[in-house]
Amino acid sequence: MHILTAENLNKTFYQNVALHDLNLAIPKQSIYGLLGPNGAGKSTFIRIVNQIIDADSGLITINGEKLSPKHIGTIGYLPEERGLYKKMKVGEQLLYLAQLKGLSKSDAKKRIKEWLERFEAGDWLGKKVEDLSKGMQQKVQFISTVMHEPELIILDEPFSGFDPINANLIKDEILKLREKGSTIIFSTHRMESVEELCDHIALINKSEKIIEGEKSAIKDEYKSHIFKLAYKGNQLADNGGYQLLSSEQDLNGIHHAKLKLNEGASSSELLRAVLGHDVEIISFHEEIPSISDIFIKLVKDNHLEVEASAQ
Amino acid sequence: MSKIGLVIRREFESRVKKKSFLLVTILVPLIFPAVIGIMVYFAMEEEKSAEQKQVYVVDESGFDFENDRKYAFDKMNMSLDEAKVMFSESDAYALLYVPKMDIENPDGLTLYMKNNPSLDVSSFFENIVESQIRDRKLKASGITEEQLDKLKTNISLRAINMTDSGEEKESSAGIAFGLAYAFSFLVYLFVLIYGSQIMQGVIEEKSNKIVEIVVSSIKPFQLMIGKVIGVAAVGIVQFAIWVVLIGVLSSVVFSVFNLTPEDIQAAQNTMPSSPNQELVSSSMNPEMLQTMQAVYDIPYGYYISIFIFFFISGYLLYGALFAAVGSAVDNISDAQQFTLPVTMPMIIGFLGTFMFVMREPDGNVSFWLSIIPFTSPVAMMARVAFGVPTWELILSMALMIAGFVFTIWLAGRIYRIGILMHGTKVSYKTLFKWIKTSN
Repeated sequence: MHILTAENLNKTFYQNVALHDLNLAIPKQSIYGLLGPNGAGKSTFIRIVNQIIDADSGLITINGEKLSPKHIGTIGYLPEERGLYKKMKVGEQLLYLAQLKGLSKSDAKKRIKEWLERFEAGDWLGKKVEDLSKGMQQKVQFISTVMHEPELIILDEPFSGFDPINANLIKDEILKLREKGSTIIFSTHRMESVEELCDHIALINKSEKIIEGEKSAIKDEYKSHIFKLAYKGNQLADNGGYQLLSSEQDLNGIHHAKLKLNEGASSSELLRAVLGHDVEIISFHEEIPSISDIFIKLVKDNHLEVEASAQ
Repeated sequence: MSKIGLVIRREFESRVKKKSFLLVTILVPLIFPAVIGIMVYFAMEEEKSAEQKQVYVVDESGFDFENDRKYAFDKMNMSLDEAKVMFSESDAYALLYVPKMDIENPDGLTLYMKNNPSLDVSSFFENIVESQIRDRKLKASGITEEQLDKLKTNISLRAINMTDSGEEKESSAGIAFGLAYAFSFLVYLFVLIYGSQIMQGVIEEKSNKIVEIVVSSIKPFQLMIGKVIGVAAVGIVQFAIWVVLIGVLSSVVFSVFNLTPEDIQAAQNTMPSSPNQELVSSSMNPEMLQTMQAVYDIPYGYYISIFIFFFISGYLLYGALFAAVGSAVDNISDAQQFTLPVTMPMIIGFLGTFMFVMREPDGNVSFWLSIIPFTSPVAMMARVAFGVPTWELILSMALMIAGFVFTIWLAGRIYRIGILMHGTKVSYKTLFKWIKTSN
């Protein structure tokens, strides 16, 4: 079941294509990373989902229903450009934003109190935002995003403005919210910052999706089948199961080798073959590509394809 | 509560709770009666001290100089040179020298003062001598004292305003002028003050970067309308407080100085152009009675309902444009290039009202100023005070409604895109692009 789907979404700003036939499907209760460089179209997509702007064409569904104003309360949104009314008191401000999301006044007050207490900030209610420290403002900002208990939480560049302590605090809260049933979309150009958190990802480049799916499946698919081996003993050579890419010996006499698995072979076959050489294995692990490695590889391939078709 | 309602309430409360709001709301009504009170006070003081003003007269022609409230005349039986010495040693206000004059060709009247005489002072003495010469001339042509007294008349013009239904109403150009001035000035002031408050509010939201959070819950258009209405509510409350406070404080000031309307009238008459004028009892002045009648006859309900219409519609028309300007820029200093074209029609309307409508309310220029939506709130309010054909009023109002619907639409299209744009230098070309963009 998907909480959010996008079908053939298109958006153009004065001849600049921001989104081109974008299709996405975001599974319920996932932590979904929407990744891509600046200007790829991530923020445009998010603004369309938040009904701030309209798509030129295409369809968005939330829980299988066509996106409409009634879904405003379903979504919690932390934009990249974010701030608060500086002259307003924390309590009034949160109440205002919660009521705009459709919460009743009494519900909103109760939740504001709960959230502030959770962040050990119960006494901030009557303080003006401009009198709070930057870190405190960030917490208020986060509360405003999630206090109406949205099913779908969209965080655009979530960790760019937050200090490391708040970032960790918010990571913990996000995981708790997911356990309670929320779905979280992270949108960022800093892929390494969310890699460990996400279970699903989509890579977007130049207004188009290049890949989407479960993070582990994508990583499997783009595995390089390269293993790193540290060992003592005689130098290894190529054999039927693997290919020796490089091998260096350090001052302690330890060899550091990169081995590429041959087509159809498994890692245990590789290990068995290595052991047959009478070496002492110190470490052995698979070189797993990071998301940004995969992205770069895909963009490069994509780019070459484009060039090839142009010729 | 609807979402627009929430926005209106926030806009209203956040402004009304500010200290500066409280300060301005209380200070302005204090300043106005204080200024009036001080002016009246000094006018009265001047009047009192005027009785002590001593004027030496060296009169070789034998005119009569009657003491009045301002001047005490002291005839000196000495030569001019002796009088000059005495005058320079004395505290006297002035020395008037009337040489022996040929009444057919009067010449040589001289006023000596220790400082430069004002135009009022010199014309006052000229008037005294002129009227005496006139009397002498009349007598010389054989007119008796009795006939001379009968010649002195005091005329005031009664202007009757004939309505289409044949009704006759007392009208007074002075009152019409005053009303025209007050109405058009109030509309002008309100639109500019609160219009720019809308703009500042929009810029604040944009530079605070809260706006994207807000528009994820409410349509940009709703946010803009809520802001415009919220600021209007602040303005109306502030105006209402001012009107009440100024009214109360003014009556307090008047009662403190023990002033009646006649005193004010008298104070205004302290600089009469003719010495005869102060002989006329002001309270019994037929002109005054007519004026009072005209004041009572003003169709206040009619004026006030038209005033409210133009007040609100003018505010909406310009307020929307100010919101659009605020959305297009990142800070106040960038706003200048756009605020000038927005305020220009308002200023043209205001100046045009003084140059054309007040002088010739039914002229061609006045007509167009009061019909075109951008200038009509100010110009039509001034024309209404002088009387305006119903069809022109209806046309003006209809165009005004079309006008603000148009500017709100236009502003909405700029606003929805502008508020999300950061760090882009916006030109008129970009604004035009935004207006054309579907969404």
